[in-house]
Amino acid sequence: MSSDRRPWTFFVLATLFTLFVIFLYGPMISILILSFQGPNGSLSFPLRDPSLMWFGEVFNPSRVGDVPGAFSRSFPLSIIVMLLTVLISVTAGFGFRRHFRGSTLIFYTAIASLIVPGLVLSIGVLVTARFLGVSANWYTTGLGAHLSWTLPFGLLIMFAVLGRLNPSYEEAAYDLGASKWQTVKEVVVPIVFPGMIAVALFGFTLSYDEFPRSWLTIGTKNTLPLEIWTMTTNVTSPSLYALGAITTGISFLVIGAALGSIYLIQRKRAGL
Amino acid sequence: MSERRSFITQLQVAPLTLVLFLFFVVPVALVVIVSFFRYQMLVGLVPDFTFKNYYDLLTNPTTWALYLSTLKFTLMVLVITLVLGFWLSYFLVFHVRNLVVAIGLFLLCTIPFWTSNIIRMISWRPILGREGLVNQGLQEVGLIDKPLDWLLFSDFSVVITYVHLFTLFMMVPIFNSMARIDKALLEAAIDAGATRWGVIWNVVLPLSKTGIALGALFVVTLVMGDFAVVKVMSGGLSGSATSGMFNDLQFLNYPRAAANAVILLIIVMLIATGIFRLIDVRKELVR
Repeated sequence: MSSDRRPWTFFVLATLFTLFVIFLYGPMISILILSFQGPNGSLSFPLRDPSLMWFGEVFNPSRVGDVPGAFSRSFPLSIIVMLLTVLISVTAGFGFRRHFRGSTLIFYTAIASLIVPGLVLSIGVLVTARFLGVSANWYTTGLGAHLSWTLPFGLLIMFAVLGRLNPSYEEAAYDLGASKWQTVKEVVVPIVFPGMIAVALFGFTLSYDEFPRSWLTIGTKNTLPLEIWTMTTNVTSPSLYALGAITTGISFLVIGAALGSIYLIQRKRAGL
Repeated sequence: MSERRSFITQLQVAPLTLVLFLFFVVPVALVVIVSFFRYQMLVGLVPDFTFKNYYDLLTNPTTWALYLSTLKFTLMVLVITLVLGFWLSYFLVFHVRNLVVAIGLFLLCTIPFWTSNIIRMISWRPILGREGLVNQGLQEVGLIDKPLDWLLFSDFSVVITYVHLFTLFMMVPIFNSMARIDKALLEAAIDAGATRWGVIWNVVLPLSKTGIALGALFVVTLVMGDFAVVKVMSGGLSGSATSGMFNDLQFLNYPRAAANAVILLIIVMLIATGIFRLIDVRKELVR
């Protein structure tokens, strides 16, 4: 392995890897291109007279669906889910550093919540709402259904992050005369912060794109993934691709912001 | 002091416990309860304790056919994602020498995970459709005279989409396990006379066991619980375990949908317990 000549497997696996990346991104890029289809263009290649018309069509409720309305519910929902996911999984992550009664039970409940089929949970939350006599809404049942999916992810990330936070670091800080607040600010937060951004990224994107857990739980007004789901059967124009390009663009902005800030923090820390 | 600490710990975990209880434990428990209820036209749920829903489902050949179809998809996707996940991770961990490059390539694979599954699913249409890129390409080269019909709205397109969406769930845990393998171990094995295949088979594979198990858990539960991909990408030709549930829900037959959900849940949980028997996930995660 330490020899400088690459073994032949390197070239085989490098090819496999390249093909996989093309397989991963190719379809996404193709709908991005086709979203610029002209008025006579179809749902497939070639691209005829490129235009922006289908992007305008996305916001035409009579032709497509209520995309702005769906977005006006999806976006705040994802933001709330993101904030709650960070808050709850970070505090819980710290709680799990100590052994306490029921810790194993709660851990496995979280894992079970992660792997339970989304549709099953959707039915359950709707039935629960019925028994309680409340109506399903994106900011009540929808929010809870999303949290039951994002929190286990957040918890697992916090486990990985806090696994690296050796308790002796904090003890060392105390021994050197740091106050409790200083220890948190100077020792704990710098180590945990990139992990918190990762949790936020998961919280936002998982909620923003969640379909099965939203299906029965968000009530009568659709969030974006449900609106897109309806469109996959109703809309036969490239405006479907234009909407896909827009929401993927929003996802990429969020991913870029999260990864970029983690990168900046790491660089700043390395520079210290 | 320690009592106060443990109180604080309880307080820290309380919000998580509360959400899991309200939006996971109670809903799943109610699904189980409702599965024994009776369904009446126009009325909907009628409290009862009947096995009729289960009896209806288990004696209906369609249910068995749907579960068999799901199982077929699950196994196919499991094998493909396992092979891909293993070798892609192996490439990143043992072949890419620069750590920054390896992390960059790893992120390149993970970014699509944070985008919409539905959009990624429909993005296969212009590729696989009758007028899609693959058919256009093959016709241009002269390999076929008329477009292939089985590329889209078939089992083929369902499996392709699953692999596209879920390989990452296999790759990340395997990558995580492999990255922890001490490279000196591999050199020791080679010094002791092992071939490179011997090293992969006897050292790398056993040490990636945890990742493989976790990845398999994710892939199995995702494929078994899916209903969007199989509905859209098979063009309604194939069904899955959830298709029956989907239909019952549209007729507001919650009891039978709940019974179907319980059956699916039992199968998924059996597979999960089987996997947890093999490995102690929590210990592995904290390690």
